[in-house]
Order: sequence, then structure tokens, then C-alpha cells
Amino acid sequence: MDKTWNNKAWFLVLPVLVLVAFSAVIPLMTVVNYSVQDTFGNNVFFWAGTEWFEELLHSDRFWEAMVRNLIFSFIILAIEVPLGIFIALNMPKKGWGVPVCLVLMALPLLVPWNVVGTIWQVFGRNDIGLLGYYINALGIDYNYVQDPFDAWVTVIVMDVWHWTSLVVLLCYAGLVSIPDAFYQAAKIDGASRWAVFRYIQLPKMQRVLLIAVLLRFMDSFMIYTEPFVVTGGGPGNSTTFLSIDLVKTALGQFDLGPAAAMSLVYFLIILLLSWVFYTVMTNYDAER
Amino acid sequence: MARIDVNHIRHSYLPNPRKDSDFALKEVHHTFEDGGAYALLGPSGCGKTTLLNIISGLLHPSHGQLLFNGRDITNLSTQERNIAQVFQFPVIYDTMTVYENLAFPLRNRRVPEADVDRKVRETLDMIDLASLAKKKARGLTADQKQKISLGRGLVRSDVNAILFDEPLTVIDPHMKWVLRSQLKHLHRRFGYTMVYVTHDQTEALTFADRVVVMYDGEIVQIGTPAELFERPRHTFVGYFIGSPGMNVLPVALEGRTAKLGAQRIELPGVPKAEASAVELGIRPEYVRLGREGMAVQVSKIEDVGRHKVVRANLEGKEIAAVIGEDDEVPAEPKVRFDPAGINIYADSWRVEMGA
Repeated sequence: MDKTWNNKAWFLVLPVLVLVAFSAVIPLMTVVNYSVQDTFGNNVFFWAGTEWFEELLHSDRFWEAMVRNLIFSFIILAIEVPLGIFIALNMPKKGWGVPVCLVLMALPLLVPWNVVGTIWQVFGRNDIGLLGYYINALGIDYNYVQDPFDAWVTVIVMDVWHWTSLVVLLCYAGLVSIPDAFYQAAKIDGASRWAVFRYIQLPKMQRVLLIAVLLRFMDSFMIYTEPFVVTGGGPGNSTTFLSIDLVKTALGQFDLGPAAAMSLVYFLIILLLSWVFYTVMTNYDAER
Repeated sequence: MARIDVNHIRHSYLPNPRKDSDFALKEVHHTFEDGGAYALLGPSGCGKTTLLNIISGLLHPSHGQLLFNGRDITNLSTQERNIAQVFQFPVIYDTMTVYENLAFPLRNRRVPEADVDRKVRETLDMIDLASLAKKKARGLTADQKQKISLGRGLVRSDVNAILFDEPLTVIDPHMKWVLRSQLKHLHRRFGYTMVYVTHDQTEALTFADRVVVMYDGEIVQIGTPAELFERPRHTFVGYFIGSPGMNVLPVALEGRTAKLGAQRIELPGVPKAEASAVELGIRPEYVRLGREGMAVQVSKIEDVGRHKVVRANLEGKEIAAVIGEDDEVPAEPKVRFDPAGINIYADSWRVEMGA
């Protein structure tokens, strides 16, 4: 039997293809193009093959930035997810407190990223910053400009301040969607507060938590603006995360080839890790 | 098991109720006897669920007291009251297996694991889910989930009462009948005090020894299914129970006769009614259709299988009559009211008739 071929459909998806081409595919391809060539300026390019990729994978600087970034992502997830759940559980479910809490929670999310950086940069300074000054006044030696540990603490606290709200709002949305009957049944069944959390609230929040973890992981793995504004990647290289390193390579040193190679590797890592997260969490979901 | 005294309980969902209409439950004063099977019957919004939730402690009444076996438990929490309740829509713990779902109320109360196992297996057999015991509860169908909810209500044997809030809404008709008989059977076997909320009269009449009919936040009648059928205390009970409901016709009284337009109806006794609005109630089953009596115009005949329902017009009022499946409607139809089925209502409440 003849199958009817109708190629009109291609015509209909064309606008999307063009849009995606200009917004994603073509820019990505220029990066691929740079990654296999070397240039000394004047738009003169030489074929370099996989040289930049080999160099990158043997570069200590790259691996150190990567490890720093993984540690950073792990710490902020370990703080923001439980803290977000905790705050969401304690938010009011009805009454005037709801809009107040929601607005308060949403505020940090509305602040532009470089402004967040600037706020904390000033806040943490030990000469004029409220936080830095008073911590030092309490007798604790705190200086994020010189001490790597203090710099890390500052960057992490800043990220927690900026992004915990996202986890809170997502969890809260999950929580308010639980029908009252579940809590009533739990009372009848004599469930403890912990059992209510473990068997009702947590399972119902699971989907939004998946999204929260994914978003927070990707964002924190790509973090650039805030630590750059606060510490500039220092002291030394102690807070130089992958994207800061990348920008230093690409714009600071204008090494387009290595930077392009790094971008691609970086992109693949994020893709891979996100896929792993997603698969693990959805499989876990399906299994149960 | 316990006797439950509902002592002048009123409840309002508003913070400062003033008028009578602010109350979802106007005033309920009733005793649920130990080991009784009760149905709370009434239309949506009549306060059935409110009353149930007050008994289980999910709601605290605005006024009044609740006693279990004579002990005031108004201020005890749901947990302390030791009550089982099954809700209208399935509530299951998604992440647990069917078995764990049933074990949950027992384990929360630190019942020894051997007893848990025995009770859960018994209950699983009863609700016919033994084959699914190890399955995760979330993958089941709605009626299987509801059976789990039902099972969780039945798994504890030491409860003071088991409350059902329209538990069979999501179950399909065949299974409904099976489960209802199971409940009835359980009741006979263990003598639980059971309160069953429903708006389905068949469900109420088949389940309960005594049916509590509620209307607009009040109990209008408590009785056996037969009493509700023969002697509805309130015209609402007449309408609500029976299919079709009772015929209620406005009449004027004159000694032993009731006047309906030009017709005069002989009453079995003299009603003691002084109210202005007097009505005569008669169930369609007591309306005799034949060649004698009051002339009617038949408007419609509904064949419902076992019998026919005749809709007719008597003196400008709609009435219904039930006739046998094989009975014919005569050419010039007339109706008579069987005196045994006549009730007189003054301001909607039934009045006794003296000899």
C-alpha cells in the first residue's frame, strides 16, 4: 500500500528550526570551530585538531576548578534543600501570613545577580560592611579578601541567601497541593509528626524536589557573577570556579581555542550530570 | 467499643456565629449505642460529615460535649480517642506497599509485630487484596486504593468506633454491594460501633439498624428503615427516602376528613394539628390506581423494571403512584389513598392522629 507522503509538515516546523539554529546550534558550532583551531589574531586560523582538548584534560588548573565547583555545588545543595524543606514546612498555609511569606521569599530571587554580588561584597567588608565589621568586633578574625576559608563561607552564605527561596517556593507549592484528607487520615492512623513528613509530605514533594535539585545543581555548577563580584575568584584561585576560569582564559588571556575546548567539555559535563541526576531520581520514582 | 453520646453539640465554621443559619450543625443531641450500626443519611451540605469529624476529633465543636462510655472526651485529640475513620476518597501512603499501608496504624501504636502480621493478613483477606500485599500502593486503581483505606479503618480491633464517610463513592456498583455486606458481616461478628455517612438511601437502609436522617444541620428522624418508610417524621424524610419520594399535598382539615380542592379524603383518625400549613403525605406505594376514587389525569408512565411509576395530576398537584409491572392504567383513571399510608404534617412535622 502506498503511504501518503506529505512534506508540508517540514515547512511548518521550519520557523522553530531557524530559531533554534540561530539561538543555539550556530553559536555552538562556532565554539566547536574555535576549539579545533589556533589563532594569533587578525582572523588567521591554523588547524589544531584535538590539541586543546588534550591540553585541557591534562591541565591541573582545569581539574582544580572542577573539583572546587563540585564541592561548592555539593555544599549548597546539602544546605539549601533541607533548609528549603524546613522553611516550606513551617510557612503558614492560610491567612495573611501567606502573601507576606511568599513576597519575602521571592525578594532575593528578584535581585539581579551582580547586585547580589555587590550587596555581599560590601556587606562582608571588614572596614565598612555591617557583617564583616561586627564579626570582627566579636573577636572573630574574618576577612574574605585574604582568607580562602572566609571567602568560601561568604560565597556559600551568599548563595544560600540568594537561592534557598527557590527551593522553599517549589516545596511550598508541593505541600499546599496535599489534600486535607491525608493529614486527617494520618491523625486517625496515629502517625507521628515525623511519619507525616516521611510518608505524606516528602513523597508528595518528590517531583518538585527533583526540579529544585536539578535547577540548583545546574545553576551552582555554572555560577559566575556573584563570586566573581565578591572575590574575583580569589584569594589566589581559591574561589575560581569553572566559569570564572573559563572567562579568564577566553577574555583575560584571549586564548580562544583552549577556551572553546573548555566550554564544550563544560557543556558536556553539565549535560551528563543533569542526565544522571534525572535518571537516578525518575528511576527511583518508577521503582516505588 | 463504646457508647457515644453527642451532647447538645453545635458547630459553626465561622469565628463568631450569631444567627442559626451560621451553624453547620444546629443542635445535635443523640446517643449512638455501643455496638450499633448507624447510618447518617442526608443531602450534601446537611452536616453529616461535620458531625462525623466532630466524633473523630478532627473538628472541635463550637458548643456541646462528646462522651465515650460516659467519659467526656470533647477535648481529647483524634489519636487519644482511638477511632477509625474511612474517608470518601482514597487516602493511601504512596511509598508503602499495600501490606505496609494496613500495618501503618498498628505500627504507629506499637502493636507487637506478630499481631500486626496476623491482623493485616486477616484484613487483606477480608478486602480481597491478599494477592497485592507486596505491591506498591500507588500503582493501584481507585477502587483498590479505596479498599486499602477501608482496610486501614478495619485493621484495628480495639477502636472505640469505626466511622465511614461515604466510603463507597468511588467503588463500582457490584463491588459496593459486596463490601457493604462485608461491613455488615463484620459488624455482626465483632460488634463494632459503626457510623456510616451517606447520601444514598439504599446504602443507608441496607447497612444500618438505625438510620439517622439529617437535614439542614439537624437530625430530623432516627429510626429503623421501616419506620422511616412508613412514618416519616418530617416531610423531608418523606421526599428523601423512597423512590419516588412521598407525595406531599397541601390540605385543609375538617375533623376526620382532609380537603384537597374539591376532593374529600377520609383519614384514619383525627389529626391534632393547629398549624396553618397542613399537608397530607402518602407514599406512591399506598396510592391505589383504579376505577374508583378521585379522578386524575395521567401525564407519564415510567417503567422501572420491577414496577411502574405513574405520574398523574390530582386537583392541579403532581402525584406519583406505584403499580405492578403487569397492571394496566384504566381509561378513566381514579386514585384512592390507602388509609394505612396516610400521614398528616403540620408545618412539615408529622402529627399524631387520635381515634
